[in-house]
Amino acid sequence: MACEPWTEKLDAYFDGELPADEARALQQHLRECATCAAEGLAKVQRKLVVKAAGQRFTPDPAFRARIARSIAARRPSATLPLGRRGWLPVFEIATVAAALLIGATLFLTLHRGRGEQRLISELVDQHVATLASANPVDVVSTDRHTVKPWFAGKIPFTFNLPELQGSPFVLVGGRVGYLSQSPGAELIFRVRQHQISVFIFQEKELRDVRENEAVRTALSFEVRTWRHNGLCYFVIGDASAQDLDKLSELIKAAG
Amino acid sequence: MPLFERLYNFAHWLTQDREEAEDLVQETYAKALKGFRSFQPGTNFRAWIYQILRNTFLTSRTGLQSTATVPLDLESDRQALPTEKDTPESILLQRSDRQLVQEALDRLPVPYREVLLLCEFEEMSYQEISATLAIPMGTVMSRLSRARRALRDAVQELQRN
Repeated sequence: MACEPWTEKLDAYFDGELPADEARALQQHLRECATCAAEGLAKVQRKLVVKAAGQRFTPDPAFRARIARSIAARRPSATLPLGRRGWLPVFEIATVAAALLIGATLFLTLHRGRGEQRLISELVDQHVATLASANPVDVVSTDRHTVKPWFAGKIPFTFNLPELQGSPFVLVGGRVGYLSQSPGAELIFRVRQHQISVFIFQEKELRDVRENEAVRTALSFEVRTWRHNGLCYFVIGDASAQDLDKLSELIKAAG
Repeated sequence: MPLFERLYNFAHWLTQDREEAEDLVQETYAKALKGFRSFQPGTNFRAWIYQILRNTFLTSRTGLQSTATVPLDLESDRQALPTEKDTPESILLQRSDRQLVQEALDRLPVPYREVLLLCEFEEMSYQEISATLAIPMGTVMSRLSRARRALRDAVQELQRN
């Protein structure tokens, strides 16, 4: 069996970088060709060994303390400018940066495929970008009825907003977000001094969301995800776990 | 592993020296804090901060020394070398050979070492690696291919001795 075209793709396949149709074709070949299967197995073993070998050096506790002190001391002179609408909350860059750079825990379990890690990572990035942006929202929430209709025609689905009366949450506004090139909604909520992004995308457009429901902490942000009625919901923020749980409940209750 | 620890680990792999790794991480944080506003929304935060770390390393004394002797073929974007079939020894590489592999990685030139760590340990996508190293995707793939070969050779040599 002429294996040349297949062996060239093995690296990309095991790196998770082959497009789905080529990956399927290669999988079929691996089922039929013992030589390539053996080569594939060797590649996977080597990847795992390098992965295991990669974690080698840990920072001195004294150094860790030094860094934490120097970050705390080095508050940038400028704070984020107020958005042009004037009433958006001001977040000191240092708070956001420190949260990211010191980082409580980066928790992505070994069971998660790289694809899913990437999705969550992308959304955390987007949440951070929204935090840092001078104009985080494209539609401002003046009352319950501005935001939802604004999305009509911009995204291929509708969703329900949570009832926030009597809760500590405020809907700041929203924007169109993209994940895996699929358009969806990013809603920005505020609770006390924290900002929470809620991303909603169509389930069928996302290949990699494995779990039906999950609680995670990524890069010191809390993350909640779940699926409902063909939509995937991602709630991300550095508010407390209880706050995220509460907001998630309110969103779920809206249907 | 928290980001700080990952950055430190990667820095130490690059510098091969604890003190220099600490300096590198410290300088990276200083630059990241200073330049946080330059972080482009929609781009990858992890690639951004690793890029800062790497660029800081490359302009440090150790970094300049380490790249002074980069083999010429690393800079070319020729096709990746065709894969060879393994010798029995390398096929049997086990997780217990972790230390052996670490020594082998130490022996690789920095461009090979870093691309392997970013791919296998940091589990960055080709896209992220491309952004971190500021090289085209094609070069990521060919450099990975060469790095993997170089690692195999280094491991085999260590196993022989």
